[in-house]
Amino acid sequence: MTPEAKHLEVVLDTHVESVNLAEEMCLRVAEAVGFSEDECYRIGMSVREGVINAFHYGNQEKPDKKIHLAVDLTTEKMTIHVMDEGKGFRLEDVPDPLAEENLLSTSGRGIFLMRTFMDEFNVVPGRTGGAEIIMTKKIPQSGNGNHGSPTAGAAPKQRA
Amino acid sequence: MPSLFATCREVGGIAIVDLSGRISLGEGSALLRKTIRELVEAGQTRILLNLGDVNYIDSSGIGELVSGFTAVRNRSGELKLLNLTKKVNDLLQLTKLFTVFDVYSDEGTAVRSFR
Repeated sequence: MTPEAKHLEVVLDTHVESVNLAEEMCLRVAEAVGFSEDECYRIGMSVREGVINAFHYGNQEKPDKKIHLAVDLTTEKMTIHVMDEGKGFRLEDVPDPLAEENLLSTSGRGIFLMRTFMDEFNVVPGRTGGAEIIMTKKIPQSGNGNHGSPTAGAAPKQRA
Repeated sequence: MPSLFATCREVGGIAIVDLSGRISLGEGSALLRKTIRELVEAGQTRILLNLGDVNYIDSSGIGELVSGFTAVRNRSGELKLLNLTKKVNDLLQLTKLFTVFDVYSDEGTAVRSFR
């Protein structure tokens, strides 16, 4: 049987609780797909940081704006999209949090963590008008046999 | 259930804050901010954060640690860290904040290190 690609999408309110909800949803998918505990931690953290970015910087914490979260699964990789309804941003404009002058900054580490924890990371103009963060993690190809079925056991909540 | 618990005690004139749970966006970060602010406002500027039971921290939590560090230092005080879990230790290494914070694994040594 050829496993088909799966697509999950939810629209989240611009609210702090959406950060936890998005993390939980993606963690459930990642666990079901067969990622290790450490990889699940990295994926969960990256989703969290992506949604925090959308909540705080993209949507400026405005409750009338939405955060769009999508997960694409193939047998080879899990791709996560986080879109906001803000003005967008360019990666090259994001300060390096490891630079000496930025070490004591109280913010600006989310992009760095996503880049570090995921296999691929990019930011593009999103279809919702703001920024779209796209990040990918390769799915392990050996292990407990869950890998042929991208959504086996996964039942992400589709709550807004 | 709250995501973070904080209890304060004093040893040798040092305020030790025992934290357990998650320091993340929302109530975790807010509780840490409030705890440090109250200590500083009460005149306590020698603070040791015991992170032995903190199993998760995100960029918001990291920002709150840095904010506390700066607030205390601006009052000529010191804020140090005790008992990092592996995840928190790895994050501080990754973000180069190990070069900023004084980190200890023994409470007595940490207490004696304050000026």
